[in-house]
Amino acid sequence: MISTGFPYAVAGLMFAGFAAWSLAKRRWPNGLMWALLALSFLGGDRIGDVGNGVLVLALVAVATIGVRGAAPSIVTPERKAALAALYRNRLFVPALAVPAITIGGTFLFKGFPSLFDPKQATLVALTVAALIGLGLAAWLFRARPAEPLGEGVRLMDSIGWAAVLPQMLAALGAIFAAAGLGETIGGMLGGVIPAGSLIVAVIVYVGGMALLTMAMGNAFAAFPVMTGAVGLPLLIHGHHGNPAAVAAMGMLAGFCGTLLTPMAANFNIVPVGLLGLSDRYAVIRAQAPSAILLWIANLVILYMLAFR
Amino acid sequence: MIALAGLAVILIGFLLRLQPLLVVAVAAAVTGLGAGMGPLEILAAFGKAFNTNRYVTVVYVVLPLIGLLERNGLQERARALVAGMRGLSLGRLLAGYMLLRQLSAGLGLVSIAGHPQTVRPLVAPMAEAAADPEGTMAEPEREKVRALAAATDNIALFFGEDVFIAIGSILLMKGFLEQYGLMIEPLALSMWAIPTAICASVIHGTRVMLWKPKPSARAELVDGRSFSSADEKDGRSTGSGRAGGEGAA
Repeated sequence: MISTGFPYAVAGLMFAGFAAWSLAKRRWPNGLMWALLALSFLGGDRIGDVGNGVLVLALVAVATIGVRGAAPSIVTPERKAALAALYRNRLFVPALAVPAITIGGTFLFKGFPSLFDPKQATLVALTVAALIGLGLAAWLFRARPAEPLGEGVRLMDSIGWAAVLPQMLAALGAIFAAAGLGETIGGMLGGVIPAGSLIVAVIVYVGGMALLTMAMGNAFAAFPVMTGAVGLPLLIHGHHGNPAAVAAMGMLAGFCGTLLTPMAANFNIVPVGLLGLSDRYAVIRAQAPSAILLWIANLVILYMLAFR
Repeated sequence: MIALAGLAVILIGFLLRLQPLLVVAVAAAVTGLGAGMGPLEILAAFGKAFNTNRYVTVVYVVLPLIGLLERNGLQERARALVAGMRGLSLGRLLAGYMLLRQLSAGLGLVSIAGHPQTVRPLVAPMAEAAADPEGTMAEPEREKVRALAAATDNIALFFGEDVFIAIGSILLMKGFLEQYGLMIEPLALSMWAIPTAICASVIHGTRVMLWKPKPSARAELVDGRSFSSADEKDGRSTGSGRAGGEGAA
C-alpha cells in the first residue's frame, strides 16, 4: 500500500540532491544540513530512536554553527523579465497544476483505500503534483536537470534552519505532553476562577486557549487541556453552555494564539525566510492586530450566544 | 511547577532571538529532566517524535518546481499581470485572495495554497506590484507588504478550514466531547465557526483595505508607532529589531 514511504523517498532524494549540490559548491554547513535531512527521510525508520535523537543533535549543531543564506540568482532580472514576456501566462500552468492535482489526487486516492493509505492521500497527492508540475515545467522551458536542482537549493537555503523548526517543535510538543505540561497549566488557570462568575470563566477559557496555544504552538494540544479544566466543568456543566459553541469558540480562540507565536513555525517563521524578510517576527507583527481583534470577537460571540 | 521550566527556556530563547533549534533542544532537555526522565530517555523520545513528524517537512518537494518557474520569470509575470490591471489596489488584491482562500478552505481544500506553493511565487510579488505600481517603494515597506501577504494566507486558512466538517480540529473536538458522553454533530461545530469566519473576513479585510505605506519610509524614531503599532507586547523597542540580519534570511 502506498503511504508515507513514497513522499518520504522523494523528499529524501531531493534533499540528497540539495546536499550534493551544496557540497560541490563548497557550502559545507548547508550541505551537511540537507544531507542530515536526506538521511532522516531515507533512513529514519532504520536508525532507531536514539539514532534519530543523535541526528537531531547534529542538525542543532549545524544550525548553531550557522548555515549560509541563499546564493544570488545567476539569472539577471532583465533576462527573467524577457522570459516572462516570452512565456506569459503559460508560466502559471505548472504553478496551478500543483493545487489542481493535489485536490484531484486526494479524492482519487481516497477512492482506492486498498492501494493508497487514505490518511496520507493528501501527502501522496502533493508529491505526485510536484513531480508532474516539474515534468511539465521542464518540458515547457526545455530545462536541463541542473536548473531545477540549483534553483531548488537557492529556495531551500533561503528558508535555512527554519525548515527544520516545525518538526523540532512537534517533537518538543511530545516531550511537553509526556511531562504533563498542559495539565499543570490547565490546573493553575482553572483554580483562579471565582465560583459562579460566568464572564471570568469565559475569559479564562478563551484566554487560556490562546496562551496555551502560544506556548505549545498548536491549538490541538491546548484544546483537551482547557476544555477539560474549564470548558466542560464550568461552561458546559456549570453554566449550561451550548457544548458545540463552547468547543468551537475555544478552538478558534486557540487559532488566534497560533497567529501570535513563533512556536507555530511553519506558518509564522518559514515565510520570513521564503519572502526574504529581515525581521524574524515580521509575519507575526502583520497578523497581531487581526488576531487580537478576532480573539475579542470570539469572546463576545461565546458570551452572548452560547448561554441561553 | 518544574514542568514550566522548559516553557521559560522557550520564552527567553525566542525573546533574545537565540538560535531557535538550540533553544528547542535545550527546552526539551530541561522539560524532560524536570519530569524525571534520563538523558538517553529524552534523546530517544525526542528522536522518535522527530521521526514520526517528518510529514511536516515534505511540502518542500515543490521547491525545485517553484525555483524553475521563478528562473523563467514567474514572479515578473505575476507582477506584470497585476500592473496591467488598473485599479487593482493592494487592499482589493489581498481581500480578494483572502475570500478565495477562506471559501476554498471552508470546502476542505486546505492544501490548495500555502507559503512555498502560492505566497512566495504569486501572491507576494502581486501584492508588491499592486502596492507600488511605480516601483519606488523603500525596501522596509516592501517587506511589510510581503509579510501582510503571508499573514493574509494564514488568517484566511485558519478561519476558513474550521467551517469544513471533516477537518482535523472538528474531528478532535467531536472525539474529545464524546469521551465525556456529549454526542455532537460535526455540522453543529462547523456552523459555530461561521460567525468568527465572517468576523475574520471583515476585520482582516478592512485592515488590508486601509493599509498604506508610510510616506517617509525611513523615519526610524516613529517606526514602532506606525503600522505595526498594535503589537502591544514590545511597543517599546521595535525600531532596532530589523537591523540584525543574523543568518535568518
